[in-house]
Amino acid sequence: MTMLRLFIAFLEVGAFAFGGGYAVLPLIERVIVHRYGWLTITEMTDVVSISQVTPGPIALNAATFVGMRVAGIPGAVIASVATVLPQAILLFLFGIFFFREKRSATIEHAFMSLRPGVAGLIAASTVSIFIASAFLSTSPVVMDPLVLVALAVVLILRIRRANIFPLVFLGAGIGLIGGLVEYLTQT
Amino acid sequence: MSLWKFFLKIFAISMMTFGGGYTIVPLIREEFAHKEKLIRDDEMLELIALSQTAPGPIAVSTALLTGYKLKGRRGAIVGIVAAILPPLIIISILYYFYTWFAANFWVRAALRGMSGAISAIMVVAVYDLAKASLKEHKVFSAIILIAAFLTSTFTSINTGLIILALALVGIVAFRYVPKEKKP
Repeated sequence: MTMLRLFIAFLEVGAFAFGGGYAVLPLIERVIVHRYGWLTITEMTDVVSISQVTPGPIALNAATFVGMRVAGIPGAVIASVATVLPQAILLFLFGIFFFREKRSATIEHAFMSLRPGVAGLIAASTVSIFIASAFLSTSPVVMDPLVLVALAVVLILRIRRANIFPLVFLGAGIGLIGGLVEYLTQT
Repeated sequence: MSLWKFFLKIFAISMMTFGGGYTIVPLIREEFAHKEKLIRDDEMLELIALSQTAPGPIAVSTALLTGYKLKGRRGAIVGIVAAILPPLIIISILYYFYTWFAANFWVRAALRGMSGAISAIMVVAVYDLAKASLKEHKVFSAIILIAAFLTSTFTSINTGLIILALALVGIVAFRYVPKEKKP
């Protein structure tokens, strides 16, 4: 019974999570905190902060966390699968039309506008990622020197086509060195 | 590329996808567009557009559609499994000491550096993708790009609706525009 409730709850989260990123938080809160009471608001905040320091989408991190809480590892698996099931079914159906050898003129025309449009959407998300990470406070404006140094170094290397994986680790390394400097200057 | 190799690539990409949203895009491009030349940038933009028509995490949709494109339906299933396994494994382990981990000074310091790195990686990806999207019908495409950017930045209109509006604009506009000759 618990497994079924877990499955249905995260099916709902997956089915209505449009927009990605933090847009999904109010939905998770409504279903998981208020309706089923599987997490308190404080624990929900913990899930958000752990989601920031681990890879993976916030909805999946929350699904795994709540699944573990309610029914251990099987619960984590059930909740994760339920979260992605709606999009998997939809995209499978869309894929049948989309990946045909020959596409209709109408679909081609739609993509003429979708391609630059999506580039614009990704640009907007990049700006918001930058704003979310680079500012320690906005009034007065205080920027995180550590984020800026990592950004500048990685930008130069990436323009020269360095591979992404090592650059992400380099960012972590710069973060640790900056952390050490902060640690030593504060004590 | 074998299904197993594809699985490993998506698994590794999913391990590196911090911050959610579109941060998977540069990684998919690097592995499947640059190293393997299996997907072009304009096709990449189409996959992302399609991924936005369904709910759920963008990273999962993008992995599924990349699999579908490269390996058909089996690829799609492998893509989705490979995308959800890393967060599933990592959070299951961290579950037991998450409060310590999330608040740890060194973890947060590393993350601050990583988010700077990810911003830089995204900037380069945006530049490349914008360039690819402006190849045809330059003026029209530039207007659309800027309009989508402004709408997403300054309004809270749902991304799914923006995608729908973009598709309609393209369908209506190009009904009356002759096809540009490819050089």
